[in-house]
Amino acid sequence: MRVTFNANGRPVEADDVWEGESLLFMLRERLGLPGSKNACEQGECGSCTVYLDGSPVCSCLVAAGQVQDREVRTVEGLADDENGLDPVQQAFIDAGAVQCGFCTPGLLVQTHDLLEREPQPSDSDIREALSGNLCRCTGYEKIMDAVRLASARKCSSNSSEVSQ
Amino acid sequence: MEFLRPATWDEALAAKAENPSALPISGGTDVMVELNFDRHRPGALLDLNRITELTEWESGTYEGQDGEVIRLGAAVPYARITKELSGPLQGLSIAGNTVGSPQIRNRGSVGGNLGGASPAGDAHPALLAAGKDVFVEAESVRGTRLIAIDDFYVGVKRNSLQPDELIRAVRIPVADGPQQFSKIGTRNAMVIAVCAFGFALHPKNGTVGTGIGSAAPTPRRAPEAEQFLADELAERGLWQSGGLIGPAAVQRFGELVSAAASPIDDVRGSAAYRRHALAVMARRTLTWTWNEYTQSLRSAAA
Repeated sequence: MRVTFNANGRPVEADDVWEGESLLFMLRERLGLPGSKNACEQGECGSCTVYLDGSPVCSCLVAAGQVQDREVRTVEGLADDENGLDPVQQAFIDAGAVQCGFCTPGLLVQTHDLLEREPQPSDSDIREALSGNLCRCTGYEKIMDAVRLASARKCSSNSSEVSQ
Repeated sequence: MEFLRPATWDEALAAKAENPSALPISGGTDVMVELNFDRHRPGALLDLNRITELTEWESGTYEGQDGEVIRLGAAVPYARITKELSGPLQGLSIAGNTVGSPQIRNRGSVGGNLGGASPAGDAHPALLAAGKDVFVEAESVRGTRLIAIDDFYVGVKRNSLQPDELIRAVRIPVADGPQQFSKIGTRNAMVIAVCAFGFALHPKNGTVGTGIGSAAPTPRRAPEAEQFLADELAERGLWQSGGLIGPAAVQRFGELVSAAASPIDDVRGSAAYRRHALAVMARRTLTWTWNEYTQSLRSAAA
């Protein structure tokens, strides 16, 4: 079947989609968006997290056909040409929160959503928000640092905008 | 495989009548795992995501149910239950907040738990505890059938839905007393319950509700434990006084809950461990809810 939807702000179309295929497979194998990673295929690891109509979901658990006419934003859609990397992405680099990088796309999308909802999360808010994202390299401490850094930068840039 | 995408509820019912073997998919958090691992290859998927009324809830009064009732659309995701209904559906919202991870709670719903009817579904103990007058609205082109929650679960991953029926909503009485939910797992997130327990105080009619998860072929209540505690609270005038239940009665309640289970040994835990943990959870949830209840009595008197 054919699936037509909006990915990262532009209309896309995938052909010959198998009816039981996941959104993750369609993004990676048919639409050239391999940022979302395929690890567990059962929603355990969070590596495939994308926004679906503004809510973060595991793309391995969404049937491709379910996104017809809807909006998907993947990790590729966090950065933009004008402003470069999203502050969350920059914070992960600066805090050294990336080792093998496999879990990073999911963590970036999930952190992006957390900071949209709660710009100044407590440590327990961060741990709860990231509880569905597994990292097997870092022990999470650098990831916590990265989220705190992104939060601090976001808040200081917001307050400087207000003061201007 | 066919992919059916009804735009309206009536179209969905018609599609299900025409293709009774079509597998409904909403949040996909169970169905897609089966497909990804090729454990199940249905002839057709019936996508319910376009049917907006399934993601809505309303409150009202309904025949056969006392007081105010929440009619919860089958596909309202757990994240919204916890955010929007933590007061009226206290037990279900606590249970819902233990489902999977934030990503899973953005998609998973009570309709999915009921459709899958796994004994480990987190919603079931809370639904059972909420009262015997919880009803599943099963709908087909033939009409609407209300299934009492106690009649809904019939076997391991089997429910009493007919092949042409879809779950439209669940009718749950608004909590009239404190409710709790407790679950055993290896960590706080991403856990299929080793076992779980839901508990509710119903001061309005002097009853209590229980629900056992992952410790029998189906979710089930503990009728003897409910009766014992209701008698104890009534005979000793505790609903009025808000006095201490006392360790002997709390202990006995735990034993009766544990005795109501029929757990098995499996990869997640042994039968003996599940029985032990159920007694512990029963005592704890009783203590938590009773403390909340006595505090509410005291603040009402103050």
